[in-house]
Amino acid sequence: MKRLFGMIWVLGALALLAAPLVSTPAYAQKTKVGFVYVGPIGDHGWSYQHHQGLLELKKAFGDKVETTHVENVSEGPDAERVIQQLAQAGHNIIFTTSFGYMNPTLKVAKRFPNVKFEHSTGFKRSKNVSTYNIRFYEGRYVAGIVAGKMSKSNTIGYIASFPIPEVVMGINAAYLGAKSVNPDVKFKIVWVSTWFDPGKEADAAKALSDQGADVLFQHTDSPAAMKLAEQKNISAIGQASDMKAFGPNAQLTALVNNWGPYYVSRVKAAMDGSWKSTDTWGGIGQNMLNIAAWGSKVPADVAKLAEKARDDIASGKLHPFTGPLKKQDGSDFLKAGEVISDKDLSGMNFYVQGIDGKLPK
Amino acid sequence: MLKLERRKEPSKFMLYVTPFVAVVLTMLAGLLLFLLLGKAPVQAITLIYFTPLTSIFSLTELAVKATPLILIAIGLSFGFRAGIWNIGAEGQFIMGAVCGGAVALALYEVQGIWVLPLMCVAGIIGGMLWAAIPAYLRIRFNANEILVSLMLVYVATLLLSILVHGVLRDPDGHNFPESRLFHDSATLPILIENTRAHLGIIVTLVVVVIAWVFVQRHIIGFQIKALGDAPRAAKFAGFSENRIIWLCFLTSGALAGLAGLFEAAGPVGQLVPALPVGYGFTAIIVAFLGRLNPIGIFLGGLLMALTYIGGEGAQIAMSLPSATTSVFQGMLLFFLLATDILINFRFRWISKKPDSLEPAPVSLQQAE
Amino acid sequence: MDLFVNILLGISIAATPLVFAAIGELVVEKSGVLNLGVEGMMIIGAISGFAVTIETGSFILGILASIVAGALMAFLFGVLTQSLLANQVATGLALTMFGLGLAALIGQDYSGKSTGDFPKLDIPFISDLPIVGPLIFGQDYLLYLSIILVVAVIWFFNKTRAGLIIRAIGENHDAAHTIGYPVVLYRYYALLFGGACAGLGGAYLSLVQTPIWVENMTAGRGWIALALVVFAAWRPGRALLGAYLFGGITILQLHSQGFGINIEPQILAMLPYLATIVVLVLISRDKTKVRLNAPASLAKSFYAST
Repeated sequence: MKRLFGMIWVLGALALLAAPLVSTPAYAQKTKVGFVYVGPIGDHGWSYQHHQGLLELKKAFGDKVETTHVENVSEGPDAERVIQQLAQAGHNIIFTTSFGYMNPTLKVAKRFPNVKFEHSTGFKRSKNVSTYNIRFYEGRYVAGIVAGKMSKSNTIGYIASFPIPEVVMGINAAYLGAKSVNPDVKFKIVWVSTWFDPGKEADAAKALSDQGADVLFQHTDSPAAMKLAEQKNISAIGQASDMKAFGPNAQLTALVNNWGPYYVSRVKAAMDGSWKSTDTWGGIGQNMLNIAAWGSKVPADVAKLAEKARDDIASGKLHPFTGPLKKQDGSDFLKAGEVISDKDLSGMNFYVQGIDGKLPK
Repeated sequence: MLKLERRKEPSKFMLYVTPFVAVVLTMLAGLLLFLLLGKAPVQAITLIYFTPLTSIFSLTELAVKATPLILIAIGLSFGFRAGIWNIGAEGQFIMGAVCGGAVALALYEVQGIWVLPLMCVAGIIGGMLWAAIPAYLRIRFNANEILVSLMLVYVATLLLSILVHGVLRDPDGHNFPESRLFHDSATLPILIENTRAHLGIIVTLVVVVIAWVFVQRHIIGFQIKALGDAPRAAKFAGFSENRIIWLCFLTSGALAGLAGLFEAAGPVGQLVPALPVGYGFTAIIVAFLGRLNPIGIFLGGLLMALTYIGGEGAQIAMSLPSATTSVFQGMLLFFLLATDILINFRFRWISKKPDSLEPAPVSLQQAE
Repeated sequence: MDLFVNILLGISIAATPLVFAAIGELVVEKSGVLNLGVEGMMIIGAISGFAVTIETGSFILGILASIVAGALMAFLFGVLTQSLLANQVATGLALTMFGLGLAALIGQDYSGKSTGDFPKLDIPFISDLPIVGPLIFGQDYLLYLSIILVVAVIWFFNKTRAGLIIRAIGENHDAAHTIGYPVVLYRYYALLFGGACAGLGGAYLSLVQTPIWVENMTAGRGWIALALVVFAAWRPGRALLGAYLFGGITILQLHSQGFGINIEPQILAMLPYLATIVVLVLISRDKTKVRLNAPASLAKSFYAST
């Protein structure tokens, strides 16, 4: 705003007119890194966190990297062109950060065998396409413990986007976490059929709070639900980034996607030639998912309980999906002591026993 | 004072010159905008307007991007001439992709040269059926077609979402919401290797020519125009308003449906929830940029596509925020629309009130 | 009972931005102009209101800024369509595109910030009454303004000379011009009012409903407002009703899920749109009635040769 109306700026910037048409300094030493975001950087959620990763990359490598990002790239027909443009512009490694970029990434990768591609949240790989994702469910389990302990009404609200495995496993993990400390806990789940509509997310949060939920989870991208929780004087778990600014009292904790370390390690690998196509699914233990500082409301004993779960998950001692577990319909899911396989986890399409309501298709 | 004066007949000179004037004005305004943002303005303008024209890849991408815009806009232009407002081409686009895509997925095990034509037919029918709803409701119940067609966009988007989360979901896709990739005989043949330039581009060119002939020579073209200019007079001349409404909606639905199918079977190659990216809405602007004339629409579609692709290029090269592209496009449209007036009008300085006794214009509507 | 009150409160909050935008557009359309740029004006109103509130700490200044910004956008539309006779449909769409982009540019520095709570009416004792207290005497000030606006517009069209002139212009601008009414001037007035209202609707989103700024936060509400105008058959009271009906369906579908009613969420999400179509069909069946209210000159350019 200030910038837009500063006329002095204009005059000063006039000098830029004299800038050469296309600047082409030699970047022989630099590694060019490209990022494709599905939302605006300003979404304060998914894309914002990826951009934080980019900034970390810059900090780690300074002059040795040159980064480019393209925001608001729809997952439809435009994605392939943008990825290809990045590849053509000489980027050495390109991170495509949304599920819908999977097939476009693979198509472009075929045409640019010397460029390295990294696709987030997908499952198809090739010689020069890696995949990476975060075990968000680990954090949801920990947050579930806090929520289960903190809820006075024993009702936890969950704002869900679309019934994909990622969201379903998140609901299940949060429920199991809450259930482990509070056998009476109930989940109320509202599907809003959008990743991003602050108004609707706030409406859903309000509906849940009106129906007695006093802790809110969300699997949508805007901080609207957190803000509503603050206004309604209830609690909420922040999603994707630390949302304390929106709910200084409401936020019990937040699950913060920490892509930076992964980006640094992959770019480093690309620099020293050790890059190989891999599948990374890192969680708390790998420092890819951070649990934000406990909110002021969280008492020490609850924090301790959650921290123990957090540390046990990090060290591999505890897996949120450990038997005995039954599916919602009562059929067997995991035998006592059995731990779910990553394959079953990544295709999860049912609720665990105890969650009410039918999972939409 | 400065006064507008209607020309005796539209200025041919202005018809061709105004688009260039608009582009130049946008460049100037763009320079200012980029200065305000603290970005090198000349470089930005070059990246948006010229760089995409300098490589085969971006030229083919230009064609790929312009194809749906032009196809849809051609279909819409008939209705717009007749004063029939189909704002919901986006929904018809989606339904075309869904129906055509469903055929491709149903015939997943089958290879054959006839698969693609069948998909095209299904796509066209899908678009037509979706367009038939507002047409029917308008004719039968007098329901406003702008709103019905617009509401149906949201319904179609959600329907696509239901389908790719459900029956059309890739059985091997880990329950992620997208369909299988179409197999080879269900995807559009590529014209230039290693690009996405597909057969749909040729089809679009043919449609442009047919539409042009249609508008120039065919009586229906005249009827449609007459309906828009003077609906009641047209009625007296024996044209059936209902027939024209059906015709316009089905045509635009068919072309939007075809465009949707081309998008699914071409650049994307599968059904995904994010398939619709607003082509149906942008095409409305393209239709007006082209002054509802098929050749104009062709050029307008290319210009619009250019700003998209150039905008992406500028984002990559200069890290301009993506919002700049929409601001820039908005300005371009404003200038194009604003300079249109020079075709039918001219500005004159008038020192005092004219004493002409010419009566106020009375529209035909009143006259009858 | 509390739940019932809360649901009604939720509905009124979801409906109010629509009331603002729809009542503004209604006046615009009554004057014979179709401005499809409501979404663009709303989002500009949302960011202006938010940014000024953050910068100055004053909600009043923020609200004023949103009004001015919305009106400025409408003025741009007016220059193009009224003075330069550009096509209204295309200009409106361009306005939306431009507004969404410009708002995102301005908003870059404002994401991640949030304002305090918007002040609510608080009459000692009365606002604490059960049911009527929170519903009628305890809402935010803008909500009351939206209702007052609707009443004012009804009064304006029925009781004032200017209202009658605007209706006459919308009905037949050539005839109105012949009688000597300044068609273009009145249309500018109507447009500015419409823009101001849309700006207010946007500010309601970014200051009251979800007091944060995020790009594209209007998420299609401008289009809904347009639908409401026709849904209402250009009657202000009915636009108010329509907005609350739409808000009601939106909120109730969310609540129904919380109660465990199992319908596919996408189908629930479709409901408001399908309901709009159904109601549209129901009220449009009687052609004469619609013609009574629909401005006949809608979306037609006016040029006076004298």
